[in-house]
Amino acid sequence: MTILSVFDIGLAVLVLGIGIWAIAAREAFAAIIGFVVYGLLLSIAWVRLSAIDVALTEAAIGGGMTGMLMLGAVARLRSAKGNDTPASLPVRFAAGVLCTLVAAGLAIAVLSPPEVIPTLAPMAMENLPQTGLGNPVAGVLFVYRALDTLLEKVVLILALLGVWSLAPDGVWGGIPGLRVYAQPSSTLTFLAQLLPPVGIVVAIYMCWVGAKEPGGAFQGGTILAAMWLLVMIAGLRSVPSIDQRWLRLLLVVGPVIFLAIGIAGMVLATAFLAYPAGYAKPLIVAVEFALTLSIGVALGLLAAGPPERVQRP
Amino acid sequence: MKLAFDIFTVFAVSAGALFFLAGTVGLIRFPDSLTRLHALTKVDNLGLGLIVLGLLPQANGVFGALKLVSIWLLVQLSGAIVTQLIAGAVRQRGPQQ
Repeated sequence: MTILSVFDIGLAVLVLGIGIWAIAAREAFAAIIGFVVYGLLLSIAWVRLSAIDVALTEAAIGGGMTGMLMLGAVARLRSAKGNDTPASLPVRFAAGVLCTLVAAGLAIAVLSPPEVIPTLAPMAMENLPQTGLGNPVAGVLFVYRALDTLLEKVVLILALLGVWSLAPDGVWGGIPGLRVYAQPSSTLTFLAQLLPPVGIVVAIYMCWVGAKEPGGAFQGGTILAAMWLLVMIAGLRSVPSIDQRWLRLLLVVGPVIFLAIGIAGMVLATAFLAYPAGYAKPLIVAVEFALTLSIGVALGLLAAGPPERVQRP
Repeated sequence: MKLAFDIFTVFAVSAGALFFLAGTVGLIRFPDSLTRLHALTKVDNLGLGLIVLGLLPQANGVFGALKLVSIWLLVQLSGAIVTQLIAGAVRQRGPQQ
């Protein structure tokens, strides 16, 4: 047994252990910390499987962003204490049965793989030079399965609309209820002044390098969102009200440009979402940059939560 | 020369791992939040610093080395500030246990 397989087995045991711990944790806060650690460990597992793109996304979205959303949910639950009724026994039983069914289905799928594993990887690699891209994952996302990627970005906006629609009628179009810790000359202010320039450069780098190496719009967008949230939480910039025109413009600019290029493909190339020969890479990079902005704004607003107060003139 | 670099890497990374071990033991064994934070920051500074130092000879060119060093600097920055914030929260609310 080599040292690497010892490492892999240790990692798998650790992932399982943290998973069980997160489920068994009595307190929601502790369970979320467990979940974030689980996400980070899982991203190391993806690195061991040589899926660096997935690892980056798992660390950014699975660990960081989802963790932050759930922490916000716990804070909300705490302030709304008093009317929480524990789920009744039949509900818990049904949830347990459904989870067991899903787990059993996954176990069957994983434990009994087909003789010849169906794969399109050789075909994807063979046609990659035509796109001008170096990263096969970007090729799949923006060339072979561009429609999925487009819909995924639209789903993100739909999710944001879902969060916004939790707002009472009176504060619709108001300011999200993100908690701000504004203290003059605190260490948090220092971090919020120092880190964003670095973070923005890293986000642009992530987005730019995505065409050639692991990285891309989602990873870059998450870093942008984190920087934006940091600046807002430190109170250096106020949280914008959601009816601001620039905000809504930034939200849709990525999907709109993607869609426009897709429709243009029907005229200039062969089909919807097809790129004209020779222009694939510049078009994809342009779409990625616009998407990075939109994803950053959408994730930031998702974390900021539904509007809670109206801007006073 | 290559052998010397490899020995340096093994030595420095092992020393870094030792700091991680000591820091983890401190995190589990120390009695209150502030001393636990103290154990954690040692890991961030020295443990990761030694590991990055050890990996520098194996880095992929000058840019790879620069990336490694900047990761260390970023972890230093966030570690130090998060520690300050947690310690501030502990001081405001008092120790929990």
